[in-house]
Amino acid sequence: MLGHTWSETMGRIPAREHASQRAVAQAERAARAQLRDQVAALERRLAAAAVSAFGSGALEPPASPLGGGPRVLSLGELERVRDALAERVRHAHDELDRRGAEQERHRLRLEAMLLEPGRHRFERVTQRDLGEGGCGAWHVRPRLGILGMLLGWWQVKLSSGCPLAT
Amino acid sequence: MSEPEPGWVERELALEFPALGLASLALAAPQGRARRTDPGVAARLRALSDRFGGRRAVTLRQEPVPAAFRVFFRHVGLDPDEQRTPVEEAVLERLLRGEFASRGRVEDALLLAVVETGVPVLALDDERLDGPLGLRAARRGERLGEGPLAPDLPDGRLVIADARRPVAVLFGDVAPSLRPEGGCRRLRLVAVRAPGVPSVHVEEALWTAAEVLRAG
Repeated sequence: MLGHTWSETMGRIPAREHASQRAVAQAERAARAQLRDQVAALERRLAAAAVSAFGSGALEPPASPLGGGPRVLSLGELERVRDALAERVRHAHDELDRRGAEQERHRLRLEAMLLEPGRHRFERVTQRDLGEGGCGAWHVRPRLGILGMLLGWWQVKLSSGCPLAT
Repeated sequence: MSEPEPGWVERELALEFPALGLASLALAAPQGRARRTDPGVAARLRALSDRFGGRRAVTLRQEPVPAAFRVFFRHVGLDPDEQRTPVEEAVLERLLRGEFASRGRVEDALLLAVVETGVPVLALDDERLDGPLGLRAARRGERLGEGPLAPDLPDGRLVIADARRPVAVLFGDVAPSLRPEGGCRRLRLVAVRAPGVPSVHVEEALWTAAEVLRAG
């Protein structure tokens, strides 16, 4: 027993086990803190995406991976939250990219309408199509009504104002 | 009216969330006619309604205090897009109703506090509390409140508790027996400090609510 008494040796083994358990607990706590930092960063990115999407419709939130009330999450649960949030951020950015491309397409169409109204008769681009707030719309219409239609006088009119609530 | 008192946080919880905290403030409850909506407070709510439109409701989540609560919600297993944070819930209701509706002195005080500071405040009947308030995880077999209808609490549910029992679920229900009803003579206002929220905001929330209640 290397000079130690039996009781001294028995006292040391649980103490060593206790120290190792404490080290594991500390390591797990550190891992949970790291996951929480990642969740916080993802939440900030998701919030920024939601703000960017304002005016062009909300980003549909997929179902939450966890149910239940507030509690201290385990390592596994925090990983699930982190992964689900990362997926939502990716989905939000994909959706914003898709909307951005669509808005760009409408913007080019509006430019073409303004340059050559006669080639885009009765076409319409709304502010919503461009990702802007409001209910305005650019509409290619004939100048002076039927006379303009017959003579090929076309212009782009911007109508504004939202319809009154009924 | 006393000064805000810091609450306790159970050791295990404090190790997980070192910046988590709780503060409370005791004051006399408004009595009789003073429990009704005050015209000045109603006007203040109307003025506040004008500051919150659709855009603000969305950008709110990027403001420091509401953002900290959103993050903390996620950290404790709540999805703020499903169970909204208190300030977002109040602003959403303002959008749906067209105004911050006045519902009585105590309710108005809590509404003003959360909308102006972003920090939720709840009110409890101080005379029915036993000892200082704090945050901890519920233990096996504990219930929210007393009596046969008191709901069971799952083991580990985060709660606000006094020395004897849980008094409210964190960001959730208050024990029915501790709600400040008509006979309540003394109120305790309670605010939870989510990690990342400076304590000055928590105190400001308590003072905002207290000022409205004191005005009666």
